Amino acid sequence: MADPNVVDPIHQFAIYDLVSFGEGGPALTNSALFMALTVAAIGGYLLWSTAPRSIVPGRAQVLSEMLYEFVANMVRGSAGKEGMKFFPFIFSLFMFVLVANLFGMVPYFFTVTSHIIVTFALAALVMAVVIGYGFFRHGPKFLKLFVPAGVPFPILFIVVPIEVISFLSRPVSLSVRLFGNMLAGHITLKVFAGFVVTLGSLGFFGVLGAILPLLMAVAITVLELMVSVVQAYVFAVLASMYINDAIHPSH
Amino acid sequence: MAGQLVAQAQGGPTAQPETPTVEFEEVGGDHALSPDLAGTHGEVHDSGHSEVFPPFDSSTFAGQLIWLAITFALLYVLMSRVALPRIGNIIDQRQARIDGDLAAAEHSRKKTDEAIASYEAALAAARAKAHAMAEETRAGIKSDIDNKRARVEQDLAAKIAGAEASIAATKVEAMGKVDEIAAETVQALVAQISGPVSEAEAHAAVAKASKE
Repeated sequence: MADPNVVDPIHQFAIYDLVSFGEGGPALTNSALFMALTVAAIGGYLLWSTAPRSIVPGRAQVLSEMLYEFVANMVRGSAGKEGMKFFPFIFSLFMFVLVANLFGMVPYFFTVTSHIIVTFALAALVMAVVIGYGFFRHGPKFLKLFVPAGVPFPILFIVVPIEVISFLSRPVSLSVRLFGNMLAGHITLKVFAGFVVTLGSLGFFGVLGAILPLLMAVAITVLELMVSVVQAYVFAVLASMYINDAIHPSH
Repeated sequence: MAGQLVAQAQGGPTAQPETPTVEFEEVGGDHALSPDLAGTHGEVHDSGHSEVFPPFDSSTFAGQLIWLAITFALLYVLMSRVALPRIGNIIDQRQARIDGDLAAAEHSRKKTDEAIASYEAALAAARAKAHAMAEETRAGIKSDIDNKRARVEQDLAAKIAGAEASIAATKVEAMGKVDEIAAETVQALVAQISGPVSEAEAHAAVAKASKE
């Protein structure tokens, strides 16, 4: 790693207060600011672009409609028609994660999804919806989720614990996947950018040597943009598949 | 640990230069009390690796959760109440419009097909009628020609027959006069050679010669 006194790749994840609302209250941190910005950007864009409600859409409206159709098809594909009830939820999740990830790619912006507590809260919210709706809809029959049909009785002693563990590990894998991707990507990017700065300050040969990490930083930026989108998609797809479990527990 | 941290906080940030960040991060809600710490935060942060890795700093969890709950709830309400119904409406309306237009187009196409079919039928009928008329005219002309030809042929046949009859009559008449001419010739010849001969004898001689 480059000299830690020059480049600290961890610093970008630090949370600090911007405005405090008195003692003990939830201070407006940089994280909170970017959560609010994310929501404002999503709501603002969708409402602004669809304001004309034109039959023949302009570019801005086409993007909104594409996002709508994309998520709607995803939910319909993995959770069926009944799953469309959760479409606003999945759409909100997808857009929040997507925009938060993409905001993270802007220099000096804070990446909301690089904090495990945020991704875990979102994953826990998904699991809460799954469990809550599962029991609300099917009652105790929802527990059939852990008992695959057509499995001989003795084998159930092995299968059921496996199913329970896999169910319980879902929120963990869901949150750690997103968190890890965002965190690792940003650290890598920062480290390579740090190389450029450090080598660049070493004179002529340093500047020559800085070309390689500069190219890497550019490549990783592109990669990270892709990862941002893909991770938002993966998060939303898995969420809708888990919700499908709540709707059809006997698989 | 918390007690120790509080003790450190009471001791002041200068007591232990390495740890104040930990204390700062761990004691949530302290920020409002000590805004001057915000200034020291940055420099201490840069030099220190002993502090908690920010994403695992549990002192920020509560604040993040609260803000996430507020912002995500707002987003959800905004999406489910306003934005998504609006986009859905737009798409449905467009679909309805497209379906309507397609149905209208289909209707027009059917009408066109019907018009084409009726036109074709009319055309076929007219053609058949024209054909029949031509056929009739041709038959009329043909029978007319046949009649006329038959009449002309009949006429000609009658004339030929008449001519043949008159020729035959003339021939018979001429044949009848041949004997007389021969008798006169004989009479004249004999008179020249051996003296006069009666007309009757000449006739008898001619008749006798022509019999032989």
